[in-house]
Formats: sequence, structure tokens, C-alpha cells
Amino acid sequence: MIPRWLLLPAGLGALLVAVPIVAMALTVDWANFGALVTSDASTDALLLSLRTAAVSTLLCLLLGIPLAAVLARSSGAATTALRSLVLLPLVIPPVVGGIALLQAFGRRGVLGSTLEVLGLEIAFSTTAVVIAQTFVAMPFLVLSVEGALRTAGTRFEEVAATLGARPGTVFRRITVPLVLPGLASGTILAFARCLGEFGATITFAGSLQGTTRTLPLEIYLQRESDPRAAVALSLVLVAVAVLIIGLTRGRRDSLAEGTA
Amino acid sequence: MNVITQLLPSKSISYAVRTAAAACALLVLGACGASGAADTRSDANSTATQSSSSPAQERTLTVFAAASLQKPFEEIAESFEKAHPGVTVRFSFGGSSGLVAQLQEGAPADVLATANEPTMAKAVADSLVVETPTPFVSNTLQIVVPADNPAGIATLTDLTRADAKVVLCAPAVPCGAAANSVEKSAGIDIKPVSEEQSVTDVLGKVRSGEADAGLVYVTDVAGANTSSTGAEVKGIDFPEAKSAINIYPIAALKSAKDAGLADEFVAAITGADGQKVLRDAGFAAP
Repeated sequence: MIPRWLLLPAGLGALLVAVPIVAMALTVDWANFGALVTSDASTDALLLSLRTAAVSTLLCLLLGIPLAAVLARSSGAATTALRSLVLLPLVIPPVVGGIALLQAFGRRGVLGSTLEVLGLEIAFSTTAVVIAQTFVAMPFLVLSVEGALRTAGTRFEEVAATLGARPGTVFRRITVPLVLPGLASGTILAFARCLGEFGATITFAGSLQGTTRTLPLEIYLQRESDPRAAVALSLVLVAVAVLIIGLTRGRRDSLAEGTA
Repeated sequence: MNVITQLLPSKSISYAVRTAAAACALLVLGACGASGAADTRSDANSTATQSSSSPAQERTLTVFAAASLQKPFEEIAESFEKAHPGVTVRFSFGGSSGLVAQLQEGAPADVLATANEPTMAKAVADSLVVETPTPFVSNTLQIVVPADNPAGIATLTDLTRADAKVVLCAPAVPCGAAANSVEKSAGIDIKPVSEEQSVTDVLGKVRSGEADAGLVYVTDVAGANTSSTGAEVKGIDFPEAKSAINIYPIAALKSAKDAGLADEFVAAITGADGQKVLRDAGFAAP
């Protein structure tokens, strides 16, 4: 039971999100929609976005699950400091993240010259896009998985250990299956964040068709030359986002269970 | 709403109130199914009404200008404000085509100055400007390299070398269009590693050493090497630049709240004092 007066601000909040999205759908040039979203530049951008977001999400999983496990199974000042550090990309503006990445991996950055000696050229490459996306998206995964791990507790793991299972086996057979719902929702959120990445990418990676110009960058550029194409492409991104929410919704019960 | 914002001390609270007002407008819009475009405009106008709530001659002039004009325009605006007590000049600097796109969507502004004539022509075609735009300066492209010129760039043809990381503007932006015509007239094809959104982005990539070279305007190089920063970048002239001289037009806009004031600002830019500031910044006569 909620007080009835809450309905007014709640309705306003919903409208604030709904009206712009509906307005965009209403103003899109449907007659030319197909041509607008299937131009070479658009398909290159969409494919690049999907490809880089997939690789970045994989990297988030590889680095984020161990991080979440460390955070969930330890405590103290060091853990708190580590957690704040890992979650930092969540609260800093993406463009600041891009500048920070530039200072580290840019050609004149702290690590840039070393990487260049090793033959790794990051500047203006698709690798730079993946680094930027992984940087901004990993906190989403770590948050979800750590929450799930803490909720699951350590009882089953302890039982498995007393029955003789090695830590590696416990992690694979007990820990990971227990947090699967949280892991799934975290993965979806991270993927969505990768798809939407703009600020860090344009600052750190540049913008070239097929190499670094992801869909958000293409939309921003089209806005200058062909606003109709920008609206049409925006709608494509909205459609992808809705699809992602749909996927998460299917798991809502397990999600609530995983992060309660 | 005016009363509320005057009572509350913090400016940020008034932003919150305006956002809430916009949300309330959504309710009304939702009810009658009107288009959302008119809403942002009335909300932005209320900003001006609030700042001129006292009956004194407090006026605000909003100028949309190409990014390359930032420094000289701010200087001219300072003397303009001194000569017109009570007037505040607000700027929105950015890529010219983006600025025109914002105007087409109903952004409230009084004066528009673009970095080339085709972009201004779009504003004219949409009947956004009052009279025929006045050309007030011209600008040419220059090769820009980091001060130590790591790739040893000397000519335009050097930009086609595979080992040189070159950054250009995207063809959709004026500086990219200029770069395109330079390439055409020189009969070369530069393969950039990145096509940036504005000329300042190109300059930034070269300045930080991320890129080995770029094509920017003469004035951008001059602006980057001020007395406070020292020589961070080096400009290299090239003969083919003559084929792509950008003429900058300026015009008062139909949406101007105070047409007289808008005309006066245009006159300040095209007048002797304004022209001197622009020459000092590296611009040439139109």
C-alpha cells in the first residue's frame, strides 16, 4: 500500500523518460528508415559496436569475476579501498576516463612507449575502443557478482571443502553456479554499457569508420550532416536496449534473489 | 516559478525547479498530444526572463559561433559589454554544422557566425537569418605537427606516408570539407587514422602527441602557441592550401529577442576594432 499522492511524481518520472523516446519514434523518417540505417557507415558502426562490446564484455567477465570474488570473500580497509577503486569508473565522467586512459596508454603516456617497443600500437586502434569499454563497464559486472556472492554466503563452499574439494573445484562447481543469476544480469548490464560507450571512446580512441567509430560516435557525427539518419540510428540503439531489458526481465526473479 | 527561484538562494535549486517544470509540461503535453519541441524553447526563454527580472536594462545576447572564433570573439565581446552597459554576451562555440542543426531544432540565439559559407547557406535556406550574411574573415589550412615533429613532416604529400599518423576533420564538418578539396587539388589521398568532430579535436590529438600531423586552420596553430603555453605545436604552410580558403560569414538571426542589439554585435565584428582583434588572432580579410 502506498500513499496516493506518490502517484503524481511517479507518473512524472515515468513521463520524463517515456516522452522523449516516443517523440523520437514519432519524428523518425519511416519512409527512408531502411536506407538510413543500412548505409555503409551505419552498418560498419553497428557491426563494430557489437563486435567490440562482445569482446569487452568477455574481458569484463575474465577480470571482473575474480575481482568480485576477492572483494566478496575479504574484509577490512584494503578491501574497501580496492572496491572504491574498482567502482571509480562508475562515478567519474566517461570523458575523464578517456583522458586517464590516454595518459596511461597513449603514445606519449606512461605505458605508451613501452607498449610501442613491444609492437603494440593502441592509439587509434580497435584495441583502444575495447580498453575504453572494458574500463567503463567492468564495475557493473563486479557490483552484480559481488552482491550475489555475499548473498549466497560461504556455507556450501565450506561443506564442499570439508568433503575434500580443492579451492579450484569449489569455485567452479559451487561458487559460480550459485551466483549464475547475478552473473547473467551483470553481464547484460556490462554489455549494454559497452554498447553505449561514447565519451571515453571519442577521447581515447578517435573516430574512424570501421575501426573506432562505434554506433554512438556515428550518431553524434550524423547529427552534423544528416539529422534524420541520427534519429533513425538512435532508434536502432533504443531497440537493442529494449531487447537487453527484455532479457534481464526474464530473469528478474532470480535477479532479485541474487542481489537482495 | 519566478517567485520560488528568487526566494531560493542556490542557483542549482532553480535548475531543479526548471527540470520539474519541464516535467510538468510533459504532463500537459501528454494530455493534449502536442509535440515536445516547443517545450524546450519556452523553458530556455524563461532563463532570460529570470535574469532580467529587475526592470533595469539587463539584456543578454546569445551568439552561436564556430569553435575557431572563440578567443577573438570573447575579446570583442568584452569591449562590447563595456560599450553597452547591462548587456551580457553568452557564447556557444562548436562545430558550425552542429550549431546550425541546433538552430534548426529551435535553439534560441541572436547571432550566428559559421566557419564556411555552405554551412551558413543551410541557415539561410531555412530562413533562420534576417538579412544576407556578411563575410567578415577568411582562414586557410595549415599542417600542424607536434613541436618536435616526430614524423618529420615537411610537405602535404608527407601526410600520405604510411608511417605517419594523420588526423583530419570528418568530411561533414567545414574543416573536413576544406581538407577534402585540398586533397583533390593536390591529387593525393590522405588516409587518416581518425576523423574528428571539430578542428579543435584535431588540434588536441596533435598537441598531445597522439597524432603525428593534422590539418587545421592557421588561427588554430596561432591560438595553441600563446605566450603562456609556449610553442606546443608547429604550423607548416603548403601551397595547395590556396584551393580551400574558408570565408566566415556572420548574420543576425530571426529568433533574436533584441534585433537592434544583434545588429550592433554584427557591426562590432565587422567594424575596425573587431577586425583588428581578428587579424591579431591570425585571420585574414574575407
